[in-house]
Amino acid sequence: MKIEVINLSKRYGKKTALQNLNFLIEEPKIYGLLGKNGAGKTTFMELLSGLMRASSGELLVDGVTPFDNQRMMENICFVGEANNFKKELKVKHVLNINRLFYPTWDHSLAEELIANFNLDMDTKVKALSKGMESALGIVVGLASKAAITIFDEPYIGLDASSRSYFYELLIEHYDKYPRTIILSTHLIDEVSALFEEVIILENGQLLLKEEAETLRESCFSISGERQKINNFTAEKKVIYQKDFMNERTVVLLEEDRTTIENAGFSIHTVSLQDLIVYLTDKKREVKQ
Amino acid sequence: MKLDDSRPIFQQIKEYIEDMIINETLAIEERVPSTNEFAKYYKINPATAAKGINELVDEGIIYKKRGVGMFVTEQAKEIVFQKRKSAFVTNYITPMKQEAAKLGLSYEDLVEMVTKEEEHNEN
Repeated sequence: MKIEVINLSKRYGKKTALQNLNFLIEEPKIYGLLGKNGAGKTTFMELLSGLMRASSGELLVDGVTPFDNQRMMENICFVGEANNFKKELKVKHVLNINRLFYPTWDHSLAEELIANFNLDMDTKVKALSKGMESALGIVVGLASKAAITIFDEPYIGLDASSRSYFYELLIEHYDKYPRTIILSTHLIDEVSALFEEVIILENGQLLLKEEAETLRESCFSISGERQKINNFTAEKKVIYQKDFMNERTVVLLEEDRTTIENAGFSIHTVSLQDLIVYLTDKKREVKQ
Repeated sequence: MKLDDSRPIFQQIKEYIEDMIINETLAIEERVPSTNEFAKYYKINPATAAKGINELVDEGIIYKKRGVGMFVTEQAKEIVFQKRKSAFVTNYITPMKQEAAKLGLSYEDLVEMVTKEEEHNEN
């Protein structure tokens, strides 16, 4: 499904959560929605899920606003950080409600995953541990088979092996039923290989939208004698800079490895996790 | 193989298959794991795995049989070998010479070190 974000803004009272956001999601891919706390990620996902109305601008899914539009919301499954389900419901009730809501719901998959995560159908949500509640959210997200499936930090309380199982499931089901999956997380090192594209928000605005592999190929940290580095980077996109003795280290974006190598600087690659830190940490010395 | 996040993943997948061809873990006409198998095993995006595999197809190192899978071509090992040989200078010789220059080592010093290293390994 096509997602168009046009001058999208959301304010809560005086606080602006999203400010004139513009971008387009056209293809079914796995997207990583990244940024610091308070960058606007959850607000964006809630608007996309039709859970609230934009203050101004538009968010259109296949041309229509999801808010208050059940036919559209049937295509969108949002799994939040916690409190996705009413506390008094039993696991089986949660599944049945979602089964009624999503036309694409796969009940045998839901049952299989419930068993694999060792959840009991008759346990009430309030009696589930945090990790078990997260697992239930993951099951609902995957079994919904919704054309747009959104996971917002879906693994509070989940141990490393269950998270690893979740990643495996995500790949498997995305592969079988390609759809738009948006995954928002702070555990970037753990999941970055799952992303085809990353969307980075900062202070309610779009900082970057790029293919994950392109970022891995175009972001480098280089070090060398201060003046030489300055000459080399004069016209380049420097996102971070640090000095040690007479040596200067800079992080470059949109750069080509060969150019750097030919210039004779020592070069290091930058992981997606570090890139986000460099891009969004304003306390560091950044040269424009 | 362990993937690292600081290099394009498709390149790592590609090099991994090439390594298996060079050391003959994958022989001529043997089946190469599919995009989906790579994606699931390494928990990577299927499009990423596909990019690595498609480049190997384009370079004539593996080929697709419709509905069956992907297989190692007859000339695969030779192609990979030639490719690695030409990359050897950039990846190993140039940095070695740069470091040698930094330390003030002559060409003769380098030859002597290589010879000594070889003797050391033989013992």
